[in-house]
Amino acid sequence: MINKNSTTILSVQGLRASINGTEILKGIDLTVKRGEIHAIMGLNGSGKSTFAKVLAGHSAYEVTGGSIQFEGKNLLELPPEERARAGLFLAFQYPIEIPGVANTQFLRLAYNTVQGQRGKAELDPLEFDDFVREKMKLLDMKPDFLDRSVNEGFSGGEKKRNEILQMALLEPKLSILDETDSGLDIDALKIVANGVNQIANPNNAMILVTHYQRLLDYIVPDFVHVMQAGRIVMTGGKELALELETRGYDWISANKQSVAGVIV
Amino acid sequence: MSAVLQSLVNQPYKHGFVTEIESDIAPKGLNEDIIRLISTKKNEPEWLLSFRLKAYQKWLTMTEPEWQNVHYPKIDFQAISYYSAPKPKKKLASMDEVDPELLRTFEKLGVPMHERAALAGVAVDVIFDSVSVATTYKEKLAEVGIIFCSISEAVQTHPELIQKYLGSVVPVGDNYFAALNSAVFTDGSFCFIPKGVKCPMDLSTYFRINTEGSGQFERTLIIAEEGASVSYLEGCTAPRFDTNQLHAAVVELIALDNADIKYSTVQNWYAGDENGVGGIFNFVTKRGLAKGINSRISWTQVETGSAITWKYPSCILRGDNSVGEFYSVAVTNNYQQADTGTKMIHLGKNTRSTIVSKGISSGHSNSSYRGLVRIAPTAENARNYSQCDSMLIGDQCGAHTFPYIQVHNNSAKVEHEASTSKIGEDQLFYFSQRGIDAEEAVSMIINGFCKDVFQQLPMEFAVEATKLLSFKLEGSVG
Repeated sequence: MINKNSTTILSVQGLRASINGTEILKGIDLTVKRGEIHAIMGLNGSGKSTFAKVLAGHSAYEVTGGSIQFEGKNLLELPPEERARAGLFLAFQYPIEIPGVANTQFLRLAYNTVQGQRGKAELDPLEFDDFVREKMKLLDMKPDFLDRSVNEGFSGGEKKRNEILQMALLEPKLSILDETDSGLDIDALKIVANGVNQIANPNNAMILVTHYQRLLDYIVPDFVHVMQAGRIVMTGGKELALELETRGYDWISANKQSVAGVIV
Repeated sequence: MSAVLQSLVNQPYKHGFVTEIESDIAPKGLNEDIIRLISTKKNEPEWLLSFRLKAYQKWLTMTEPEWQNVHYPKIDFQAISYYSAPKPKKKLASMDEVDPELLRTFEKLGVPMHERAALAGVAVDVIFDSVSVATTYKEKLAEVGIIFCSISEAVQTHPELIQKYLGSVVPVGDNYFAALNSAVFTDGSFCFIPKGVKCPMDLSTYFRINTEGSGQFERTLIIAEEGASVSYLEGCTAPRFDTNQLHAAVVELIALDNADIKYSTVQNWYAGDENGVGGIFNFVTKRGLAKGINSRISWTQVETGSAITWKYPSCILRGDNSVGEFYSVAVTNNYQQADTGTKMIHLGKNTRSTIVSKGISSGHSNSSYRGLVRIAPTAENARNYSQCDSMLIGDQCGAHTFPYIQVHNNSAKVEHEASTSKIGEDQLFYFSQRGIDAEEAVSMIINGFCKDVFQQLPMEFAVEATKLLSFKLEGSVG
């Protein structure tokens, strides 16, 4: 939801980043305010997932230029765990499996670490159990999920739901969902989207990184950005996603100059 | 490898201190005279001296094994002192008479003996260097007919049992290090559970090497008669030294019909410094004989210490329907080397064995699993399940698996599974994105990885092991 008076959460300017000496991000500018939902679309290899990881602070990427302000703080100075504690959340495209570690154990540690930093009381296992079960209803999850090892043997849909559950628990100020829709069937997609919509509120913001506009039928963005070769080449409203869906990404390449001049 | 992954393991060794106690040390070197000296000092019967001399003669004809996947400078067996005992002032009647310096050492180690014994209901037979200093709960155990004492005491009080069982599972010439131990062992534990008795508490021994340059050669013998059962805990720490210390123990377990022996070890001896200088050389022969029908022998080990670990706790499943188990976690860091595993020898019908091995390597260390499953022609319907998982932390370490499977009976079912995983940047990034720092992340991943083994440990040991691993791997990720 766009509100002219709301404050800026994230301000990215001229961001450049590379991995193993290859430049992937070639000057990204993006401003995200409270209450807004942004979608970043683009073909594989356009740099959208890299952008998500760089925001979260993945150590494999080297930031070679530009700046990122997160709630007025210089995000680039913070290690990834402090970015997370400050309220930046990344829902992973490929969540890792942790054999032998029960979900409830992992979720509680994450919750207590992040919420503890914000001055909230840490929850003991019993209190946490009540709390997490309540949140699980958002995502239509079965209770046995808590005792299973983190993501081990989970279906694609279960993994993604687990990501959104963590988002619900940690109450981030800015959530970045990296291809959360990939590998989901339509029912799972609806459940995940419904969870995300319930978490969204005027005080937080979201960036949806996606390949297809399908997800945007269920989570309606305020802005759609198109990435190509490490840059945002076009920005529009939700109708831009539909336009892309019918015309394809080639249309962007052909019209970048003229269209960009009008919309950006 | 991120800088985080390099630093978690490098916590200085907590138990590195030397207790100043006057020691009675034999001159360095090994010959028949030294063996006679040991035997005389310990007031041993003639047959035991013969046992030692026979082992020594055997040892002289043997060569140090070289098949294991570890590398170390040649050991100079003539540079080792084979006997060291704290000088006895007088016979000790109670704990109050124990050298206060010694008690302080136990405090530093976190083994407040009487409290621990009282609180946990554990009888602690404390071995300090080579002589048993104090034994608690012995009388209580004696009420149900259990004998739990040092092996040298047992030689005096129950010579018939020692003579019957000593060397019956690990013969004097079994291997190079077992032969050496048989020749020069100075002390260790003896445990005898008579027919039908379920030992009412876990039996526990803390071993500790203290005198610089003196090898320690413990000898442990545990016998469970028909229908008896016992859970035995062995925990080890050692003070910090720069010269390598040889340790070559022998443990023999004997389970008769329907008997059950569970042997758990947490080994945290000095592993050498971050450059691989110093540390204990640990060459151990542990073997259990499941002699009777329906008997069970279960080994659980958490190996985190020693510069070199060479150890294969094994089960000979002779009785029909007997069961052998081996649960192991081996952690190596810096320049540590571990070559450990088990042997499951199936002789009886319907014998079953389970092997679960978890190897964790970090720093420049090397960890190998080496295991033998042998199904003899007589072992109808034998079954084995083996699972060997390795985890690597960083990219300078190595993990190896050497499974040997010999099946000589068509009715056997043998399964082997193996996996290798790595704690890498992406795993740590996932945790850090949830606000969890690298040390906690590694600790959680490792404990999850080892869960199947930790579940087998008695409660207090499981807690200790979990802490030990976190502590051990601190700084390996950075």
